[in-house]
Amino acid sequence: MTPRNTRDKPDILSALASPVGKKALTGVTGLAWAGFVILHMAGNLSYFGAGEAYNEYAHKLLSLGPLLYAAEILLVVCLLIHAVLGINIYLGKRRARKRGYDVYRSAGRPGLQSPSSRSMILTGVALLVFLVIHIKSFKFGPGIAEGYSLLVEGEQIRDLKRLVTEKFQHPLYAFGYTGVMILLGFHLRHGAWSALQSLGAMNRRLAPLVYGIAAALAVGVAVGFVALPLYIYFSAL
Amino acid sequence: MAQTMTIHFKIWRQSGPDAKGKLVDYTLDNLNEDMSFLEALDVLNETLIHKGEEDPVEFDNDCREGICGSCGVVVGGIAHGPMKATAVCQLHMRHYKDGDTIVVEPFRAEAFPIVKDLVVDRSAFDRIIAAGGYVSVDTGGAPDANSLPVPKNDVDEAFDFATCIGCGACVASCPNASASLFTGAKIAHLAHLPQGQAERKQRVVRMVDQMQAEGFGDCSNHGECEAVCPKQISIAAIAKMRREYLRAVFG
Repeated sequence: MTPRNTRDKPDILSALASPVGKKALTGVTGLAWAGFVILHMAGNLSYFGAGEAYNEYAHKLLSLGPLLYAAEILLVVCLLIHAVLGINIYLGKRRARKRGYDVYRSAGRPGLQSPSSRSMILTGVALLVFLVIHIKSFKFGPGIAEGYSLLVEGEQIRDLKRLVTEKFQHPLYAFGYTGVMILLGFHLRHGAWSALQSLGAMNRRLAPLVYGIAAALAVGVAVGFVALPLYIYFSAL
Repeated sequence: MAQTMTIHFKIWRQSGPDAKGKLVDYTLDNLNEDMSFLEALDVLNETLIHKGEEDPVEFDNDCREGICGSCGVVVGGIAHGPMKATAVCQLHMRHYKDGDTIVVEPFRAEAFPIVKDLVVDRSAFDRIIAAGGYVSVDTGGAPDANSLPVPKNDVDEAFDFATCIGCGACVASCPNASASLFTGAKIAHLAHLPQGQAERKQRVVRMVDQMQAEGFGDCSNHGECEAVCPKQISIAAIAKMRREYLRAVFG
């Protein structure tokens, strides 16, 4: 019956490894990535902009130099923490209930259990695998050296627009990308609101509003991302 | 005249903590729709005792009016059954149709080991409380009434969280078997009251730590706990617990 004796002010590492710390870290790192995908989506939409808006935007990003590297390192670190904790929480749940129910049903509202909340581990793993392929195809894909270049104001810059246009004319890329972006929508549907709840930034009045905004954000981001591949694929037919 | 009904039960039978359990079929054809669900189990047990072939089905219960937190089983896949805001003792047979099949299982979590049949050991909750879910007060004469004013909003918040009866349905229904709603409710209750201030920081750290040590899963914010809670405690309690913890560690 005696509870184990504990330190009343845990050091930072054990605090971060506590049930609260793990969720807060998952939330913060998830929000960092949510911010990134929103910017990325806005960048994608510049494809529809006038002239060479897309290539100029990509070039401007690259010319940030060290600032861009810092942001990339931050994102990679966030991703690793987010993925490790997500997998840890998933494995922990299996340890916490080794034998499941023969019959299990959700009691519905006010619970928020949904296909999106139940599939975070699956959508997360799918996004992780996609990310590796995606970075290989585009960021480390053919560039100026391979002839994907154009002259803008006397400067030789990478013709990313041509690469993207070519890739998305292929049905595997166009529809694979579309599928994964729908999964991203599902991940954000639960993740965006869950992150704020995990950080304690929630109360009874705020919760329904934030839950609604998360849904709008998820749909908005998914639609914003799938617009590009579907437009390219169908306009090339 | 109340309707007589036939109900098929599939009930988890397990002779002891380490025994292998299984769902066993029972059919009762003389149930009355005005009976409570636990009374239907009483009828089943009377029948089993009369037959003398097997032990009656063990299940926890006490007040049978929804306030003690003793009862709790998973009925048809939902902790405390399909009715909102009730413990399973307040579930009545009139919510079922003649000929229905009802699956009855114990609360399942490694931190709630099965004792027998539908009875689980919820003393992990007692240890979480013992870790910090209390206030230390000087003994002596009772203080004068209203000598410690508390703002109305704080009282209301504290009271909503204080309604937790510690039944464990939150753990049972949680896809992760997390005890965050229970622990959060206790922490949020005391954090809103002046009596809870002295031990405010050590309380949240100790209780969260004990919750982890008991082997409950981590919360994934599914909110299923709130949906089955007989006292409808909001997952705002979990957000409050997290704020309190972050404040205690970084504040």
